[in-house]
Amino acid sequence: MSAESKKSGGGVATTKATIGKPHIIVKDLTMSYGSFVLMRDIDFTVRHGDVFIIMGGSGCGKSTLLRHLIGLKEPATGEIFYGDVNFTRADAETRELMLRRFGILYQSGALWSSMTLAQNIGLPLGEFTDLTPSQIREIAALKLALVGLSGFEDFYPNEISGGMQKRAGLARAMALDPEILFFDEPSAGLDPISSSLLDELILELRDSLGATVVIVTHELASIFAIGNNCVFLDAESREQIATGDPKDLLANSHDPRVRKFLTRGKEGGETANHHD
Amino acid sequence: MARCLQTKVTSESHSIIEQGTVSLSRADGTTLLIKLSGPWHLKRDVPSAAILRRELESAAPPKTVSFDTTGLTNWDSGLIAFLVQTSQVCRARSIDQDRQGLPTGLRRLLELAEAVPEKKGTRSDTARAPFFERVGKMTMGYGLSVSEFMNFLGQLAVACGKYVRGKARYRRVDLVEVIQDCGANAVGIVTLICFLVGVILAFMGAVQLSQFGASIYVADLVCIGMTRDMGAIMTAIIMSGRTGAAFAAKLGTMKVTQEIDALTTMGISPMEFLVLPRVIALVLMMPLLCLYADFLGILGGLVVGVGMLGLSARSYMQETIATLTLTNLFGGLFKATFYGLLIGIAGCLRGFQCGNSSSAVGDAATQAVVMSIVMGVVACGLFAVVFNIIGI
Repeated sequence: MSAESKKSGGGVATTKATIGKPHIIVKDLTMSYGSFVLMRDIDFTVRHGDVFIIMGGSGCGKSTLLRHLIGLKEPATGEIFYGDVNFTRADAETRELMLRRFGILYQSGALWSSMTLAQNIGLPLGEFTDLTPSQIREIAALKLALVGLSGFEDFYPNEISGGMQKRAGLARAMALDPEILFFDEPSAGLDPISSSLLDELILELRDSLGATVVIVTHELASIFAIGNNCVFLDAESREQIATGDPKDLLANSHDPRVRKFLTRGKEGGETANHHD
Repeated sequence: MARCLQTKVTSESHSIIEQGTVSLSRADGTTLLIKLSGPWHLKRDVPSAAILRRELESAAPPKTVSFDTTGLTNWDSGLIAFLVQTSQVCRARSIDQDRQGLPTGLRRLLELAEAVPEKKGTRSDTARAPFFERVGKMTMGYGLSVSEFMNFLGQLAVACGKYVRGKARYRRVDLVEVIQDCGANAVGIVTLICFLVGVILAFMGAVQLSQFGASIYVADLVCIGMTRDMGAIMTAIIMSGRTGAAFAAKLGTMKVTQEIDALTTMGISPMEFLVLPRVIALVLMMPLLCLYADFLGILGGLVVGVGMLGLSARSYMQETIATLTLTNLFGGLFKATFYGLLIGIAGCLRGFQCGNSSSAVGDAATQAVVMSIVMGVVACGLFAVVFNIIGI
C-alpha cells in the first residue's frame, strides 16, 4: 500500500497554481499573558511553498507566536487566516478540521512516551482515516523510512537519542500529509551535522510534499540556508521590526537591531566588538 | 604629606603570610594607594572593603585610587569580589580609579563584571503587600480555581456524553491498562490495609464488649463498620495516594513534555483520550476493590474473634451474616464509586493544571492527593448525615 492511497482531510496542498499565493495571514496580532503584553501589532503573510522563519532573541515570544498559529493560545486582539478561512473566529469543528492539515514538530519531539514510534505515527492515521491496522503499520514504516529511521518501528521514544526523537517527531508530523509544517526550534540540542541534515530534510519535504513550512529558530546557519521569508520579533520594543527574505535583510536592512542579530553581533550595536 | 596608614590584617612577613593582606597608604593628598599582597583565596578568608570605607570616612577623600600588586602571589574570585566592592565604594563617592597596577586578567574580569549595568526592576520587590490586598488576591485566586474546576467538570461531562454515544476518541488498550493498574495491581495493598483495619476495629470493640460478656457483638461492629463506611473510605485513601498521585504525575509530565499539546493540535481531545479512560477505570474498579476490602475487614475481625476472644468461627460468621444488610453493603459500594470519581477528577485536574517544570509535577501530585483525600472525607461526612436523614 503506498502513500497515495490516502488523502489528507480534503485540503489543497501547494501546487504550481497556488505557489506564491497567501497561505497564512496574520493581522494586527497582539499576544499577552494576562495583562502583560508580550508583542503587539504583528502583521505578516506566509505564501504557499514558503520556508518562513520566525526569529528574534531569546524570550521575545517566538514560540508563543507559534502557539497562537496552531491554536494553543488565543490572541489578545487580531486575527489569523489560513487561506480565506478565519482561524481565530472559527468554531471548534472547523478548527479541528484545519488542525488536521497541520503537522507540528515540538521542541522536545513530544512523542507519546507510552507508545512505540509506529503507534505514535499510527494514532492520527487510526483516528482520522479508514485504514486497516496493517495498512497503518505500513504507512508508519514508510514515514519512519523517510526520516531515516527504518527498523525503529517498535522502539519506545526513551530508547532512542534526542536527534532520533526529533526525526521521529517529524515523521509523526507528516503522518497525515500536512499542508503546513510547523517546527519549534528544530535544531535545538542537535549537533551541527544532524542539524544541517534536518535542514535538508525540511527543504526536501517542502519540495516533495508541496507543503508550506514555518520554523521558529535563532540558528543563523539554518535561517540563511533554508529560509526565504521571515518575521523578526524584537523583545525590547515588543514589536516586529522586519519581515521579508532573511538574505535580503542581511544585504539591505538598515535597522541596527536586525543587522546585529543577523551578523552575530558583529555589526549594528554599540556593544559589538566589545571583548575582541 | 606621606601619611602612612598601615591598616593591615596580618603580619607583613612573607614566610608567615597565609592570607591575603591589604594596606592603604596616601602617597600624596590626592591619591590613595591600595597595596595588595599575599595569596588571595576565598577559602582563606579575604579582607573586606570595609577597611577602605572606614579610611575614606576618617579623612578627606582622595581624588584617585591606585593599586599596587607587586606583593600579590596569586588570586581567585575573592580578590575580584573585593575589587568590585572597592569600585562601588569609589563610584558612590565619585573617586577615580587607576587600574594600571592590577594584573591584566584581573582588569579584564572587572570590566566584564561591570560591562552590563544592573537592569532596573530585575530585583524582586521584597516589600509585603498590605494584609487586605493579600486576602483579596487569595480570595480571587480561590474564585478562579473554582471556575477552573467547573470548567473541567463541564468538559468531562461532554466527553462522557460522547463516550456514551460511542464517539469518544481513546484507545481501548489504554483503558485496559489503566483498569489493570488501578484494579488488579492495587489488590495487594488493599489486602494488607483492610485486613488490618478489620483487626483494629475488632480489637477496639473487644476491649469494651468483653467487659459485658458480649464479645459476640464484635462481629456486628466489624461487619457494619466495614460495609457501611470503613471499606469505602480506606480504599479511597489508598487509591488517592496510589493512583490519584500517579495520574497527576503522568499528566503533569505529559504537559511539561508538550505531549498534551501534541494531542490537542492533532485534533484529539486530551479530555477524551487521557482523562476519560482514567476516570472510567477508577469508577469501575473502586466498588470492586471496596467489596474486596469489606470481605477482608470481616476476615480480620474473624481472626481476632477466634484467636483472642475464644469465639468459634461458625458463630462469628452466623452473627456476621445476621447483621449484614444489603442496604449497608450497597451504600458502601455506592460511596466507593463516588470516591473513585472524585479521585479521578482530582488527579487529572491537578495534572492538567501542572506548571512547566519538574518541581511543578511534584506539586501537582501532592495537591492531587490532598485534594482527593479532603474531598473524599468531606463527602464521607455528608453521606453520613444524608444517609441518617433518609433513614438508611
